[in-house]
Amino acid sequence: MSATKSLAPRPPALYAARKGVYPKAVDGFFRRLKWAIMAVTLAIYYITPWIRWDRGQYAPDQAVLVDLANRRFYMFQIEIWPHEFYYVVGLLIMAGIGLFLVTSAVGRAWCGYACPQTVWTDLFQHVERFIDGDRNAQVRLEKAPWGVEKTAKRLSKWAVWLFIAFWTGGAWIMYFADAPTLVREFWTGEAAPVAYATVGILTATTFIFGGFMREQVCIYMCPWPRIQTAMMDEKSLLVTYKDWRGEQRGSLKQAQADPLAFGDCIDCNQCVAVCPTGIDIREGPQIGCITCALCIDACDKVMAQIGKPRGLIDYCTLDDAVAEKSGGQATPPLKTLFRPRTMIYFGIWASIGFAMLFTLGQRTRLDLSVQPDRNPVYVRLSDGSIRNNYTLKIRNMETRPRIVDVTIDGLPGAVMWTADGKREFARQSVNFAVAPDAVHKVRLFIAVPADGPMRTEFGITTRARSGDERGDNDMVIFERPQVGQ
Amino acid sequence: MTDNKRIDEPTGTQTVGHEWDGIEELDTPMPRWWVISFWATIIWGIAYVVLYPAIPMANSATQGVLNWTSRGELDAEMKAETLRRAPITSALASIPVEQLASDEQLYQAAVEGGRAAFKVHCVQCHGSGAAGSKGYPNLNDDDWLWGGDLNAIHLTLTHGIRQPDHDQTRFSQMPAFAGVLSNGEIDAVASHVRSLSGLEKPSAKSAAGAATFANNCASCHGADGKGMRDLGAPNLADGIWLYGGDTASVTTTINQARYGVMPRWNNRLDPVTIKMLAAYVHSLGGGEAAVAPAATPVVDPAKVAANVSN
Repeated sequence: MSATKSLAPRPPALYAARKGVYPKAVDGFFRRLKWAIMAVTLAIYYITPWIRWDRGQYAPDQAVLVDLANRRFYMFQIEIWPHEFYYVVGLLIMAGIGLFLVTSAVGRAWCGYACPQTVWTDLFQHVERFIDGDRNAQVRLEKAPWGVEKTAKRLSKWAVWLFIAFWTGGAWIMYFADAPTLVREFWTGEAAPVAYATVGILTATTFIFGGFMREQVCIYMCPWPRIQTAMMDEKSLLVTYKDWRGEQRGSLKQAQADPLAFGDCIDCNQCVAVCPTGIDIREGPQIGCITCALCIDACDKVMAQIGKPRGLIDYCTLDDAVAEKSGGQATPPLKTLFRPRTMIYFGIWASIGFAMLFTLGQRTRLDLSVQPDRNPVYVRLSDGSIRNNYTLKIRNMETRPRIVDVTIDGLPGAVMWTADGKREFARQSVNFAVAPDAVHKVRLFIAVPADGPMRTEFGITTRARSGDERGDNDMVIFERPQVGQ
Repeated sequence: MTDNKRIDEPTGTQTVGHEWDGIEELDTPMPRWWVISFWATIIWGIAYVVLYPAIPMANSATQGVLNWTSRGELDAEMKAETLRRAPITSALASIPVEQLASDEQLYQAAVEGGRAAFKVHCVQCHGSGAAGSKGYPNLNDDDWLWGGDLNAIHLTLTHGIRQPDHDQTRFSQMPAFAGVLSNGEIDAVASHVRSLSGLEKPSAKSAAGAATFANNCASCHGADGKGMRDLGAPNLADGIWLYGGDTASVTTTINQARYGVMPRWNNRLDPVTIKMLAAYVHSLGGGEAAVAPAATPVVDPAKVAANVSN
């Protein structure tokens, strides 16, 4: 064996260095749809924290607020306490199943239209086109040596990107504090360090992900394309180059000279030029394709110019592709959309939503939890009766002060008083005021005659005098010493 | 050997220059990220050794230029914590103890501070739940030998019970009646005392004991046996027995008397801690309101502090 013999061929690299992508501007149905969705999603993102919502004097008036400092989550008329975090979990599960539903029905529509990475990259690419010009100008500028023009254009482009990125990070923190106050504090340097750090980090990530990494994020960082591969089936919509119609590719001239030898694709490369992730859709479905459908717009335009029917590149399921290839008809879109799988996803999604709405309507806004003292379990009083001590935690989850009554049932002869009260005035019930939107902690002393069982299970009930009538109830144990001790 | 180094065609990597039976080895460089991490850890290590105590010597270790010690760090943290608590501590120092209950927030702060101090200084006798045991009073109940309002509890805590080195200490003296009364009389008194709280039914014996009780015991315990807090004489008519309510225990008490002791804390704890302990004990369920509410309207905090610390 010769020493010069080569080693085994290397496996293909896991990472390919980024090639520049200079997507060409395009117009068409899907481009306009993308414009509309971009406008709506960005508007939701930037405007939501500024919507006001009157909750009275004891709660913030911001419609959507994640108040981490006070552990409250406000969303319009809904207020969620930390122990109700399962609503957020439910929302996350709904979001997950919603993605399953969307993916199985219309493929990677999330990636193509609504994903923040796509939306911001799209926005950044428009900025790029505005400053550098369209595709060809961008390529030229990239190859050009650094001179005055290139420097000026690069600096102004990066400045605009940075500006957008900064506002992106700045809008994010508005969800976590009162927006007008935070803006003032932010610019006067009084905001919390975490606010500045968050803005800094989000500015940096937006700038880098949207300006430089772009489709690399989808291909290398995002797990969702991988999961989607498992979610899709032969009935999911894909952006498909209909090769049975397009091949054999040839230039327009060749095709006109010999129409029978060539398909509809004139190899004009427009689909590649407009692709924001720089792929060639004619190579078939691939992880880089976010199904933004801009190539459909580009191809349709060309088909119109050369007098061929639109849809050489089009949304198409794998089943339809097989059917069309063998000369058959595509399944009607609605039939593809409403199939058992999507209906099941929708059913799960909707039932979680309805279950949450139902419990949201049923939940009580007064919560009681009772903790009996474990040391000592009972106290003998000088008149011979037995006292047990309890710590009551009453959550008043309404944003107004209330007076609550605490009563007990199932404990004969019991009287109670709080730490503020006195045994001389002990009665069958106690009442006290609870602060709005707060947890009220009370020490409760309950005394009963000594003769009775060692353990008595009884109920402690709390009920507010106004509003929510249901109140809350907790079963606890009363302990007595053994008879004769 | 070195001149045998060559570039391997398919990989473009240099070989190390050795060859064994036709097998060569590539001199693949370490990945850049690895080399950077390697040098970064070395630099970090050197910086650490310079800045912090690192190299063990015979009796200690190198100091490090930052002069950092874990003891010093703890000290700084304790100082910061003391500073953080300073507003509450100074407020507690200046407020007279009998007015503590009127300031809800300060009272709660004192209760929490007292809870911690109790776990250190008091649980040895009174138990972690302050429930006491035989000879050690239960602080949760409503029976108090010397009074259960904040002031009385504070006084007991400050001066202790039967501290011989201290003239302000609480001191109650019950004589040992063995030899003074006959065994029969003592049995009769025990029977009478037990009948006061219904442990025994009234009988001829207890009736005989009642006469002896009136002559020998009523001066401190009262004619009805309900005790006298000024003297620390316990209430014999209630359901609580510090040394046990059975006949044998009561007889032993009359025969020998009991002399429970409690340390005075004014020479061990600072006035603020004693106030916090008083608040905690007062909060356990048996605390009483002050009998004579604040007879002295103008109180000089410095004077109170001076009183407390002597």
